[in-house]
Amino acid sequence: MADPMRIRAAERDGVVNVKILMSHEMETGQRKDASGKIVPAHFISKVTATHQGKTVLSAQWGTAVAKNPFLEFNFKGGKKGEKIAVTWEDNKGETRTDETTIN
Amino acid sequence: MIPRRMAATMLAAGVALGASAQSSPEAEIAKYREALAAGNPAELWEARGEDLWKQKRGPKNASLEACDLGKGAGVVKGAYAEMPRYFADADRVMDLETRLAHCMVTLQGFRFEDATKRVFGAGTNRSDFESLAAWITSEARGTTMNVALAHPKEREAYQLGEKMFYFRGGPHDFACATCHGESSKRIRLQDLPNLTEKAGAQLAYTTWPAYRVSQGELRTFQWRLNDCYRQQRFPDLKFASDASIALTTFLARNANGAAFNAPAIKR
Ligand code: HEC
Repeated sequence: MADPMRIRAAERDGVVNVKILMSHEMETGQRKDASGKIVPAHFISKVTATHQGKTVLSAQWGTAVAKNPFLEFNFKGGKKGEKIAVTWEDNKGETRTDETTIN
Repeated sequence: MIPRRMAATMLAAGVALGASAQSSPEAEIAKYREALAAGNPAELWEARGEDLWKQKRGPKNASLEACDLGKGAGVVKGAYAEMPRYFADADRVMDLETRLAHCMVTLQGFRFEDATKRVFGAGTNRSDFESLAAWITSEARGTTMNVALAHPKEREAYQLGEKMFYFRGGPHDFACATCHGESSKRIRLQDLPNLTEKAGAQLAYTTWPAYRVSQGELRTFQWRLNDCYRQQRFPDLKFASDASIALTTFLARNANGAAFNAPAIKR
């Protein structure tokens, strides 16, 4: 199973800053291994962030995003103590969801 | 192998790289590092390392929580800033990775060969050493480097390390000092830190382990030395060998007085 994400969420003056680190190989499908065989593409294709169940960010990703991606964004309206959940899904259908509390 | 795209994470981070063709590669790397500092993937290794430290594993089904890193059993905070150091129970000077291997053997019951099968990870084949080192060193961030050289064996290791640093050999007749003994030199596109000057030695030592962006891996100081042995065209540096510990002792001691600041992020 994929490793947990590291998520931080901090509210200041009504704006919540969210920082997310994801553990993923993000293989482009363009590299070859030592024996010359193509390493199959394996990458996060969809990222969703929700605040109290409501989507605040939705993104479609491809192979141009680096291994172990870092994502930072801001949104308005969150309060300290409320929950942020982040879900990624990759091109092999694997998925992972983690959540954190806004502080 | 096609090298990985360095700038890709910045797309995710919403930072445009811009086509500043005039600016130097070092300046670009510095900008890149700055943009990533807030989200150093080393944290993913730190989290895994903290879990590993507490997990019961091995034939003895024990955790590493009783491992003595030099400040007493289980004391992690700040321990790395005083390593390598002499350990009476092993009658040997040990760096962090060697000490971890020792604890995996004595506490968890692994055979040394099994414990050290994968000391450097690749992709999803992770190395426990890299994860553990990431977490343990993160617990020394901000601590002042203080390698005491109080024990005769510590002084012996330092002197051996110093000798090795200046020892020329191999097909190119290189010493560490050949590449790291002068300021403002570079090789290919990389700046060569001058490790014979206090500032250079401090900056280099206090920023390892590091997340190597070009590899997408967290690398430890044993790895750093290993890779420089390769660049020096020397035989492979054996993990946890007296030679690796001596060199580490020499470099760590020369960083004394500086605030430890790793896991860092490197190109
Ligand atoms: C052929 C040249 C060469 C030799 C010889 C060499 N190194 Fe290096 N070393 C490098 C390069 C190049 C880098 C920087 C790599 C980079 O930026 O990725 C480096 C980086 C380092 C660093 C990390 C510096 C930092 O700030 O991250 C240390 C420590 C180091 N070397 C120690 C040694 C030791 C000890 C030896 C002798 C066993 C040695 N090197 C031999 C080329 C060399």
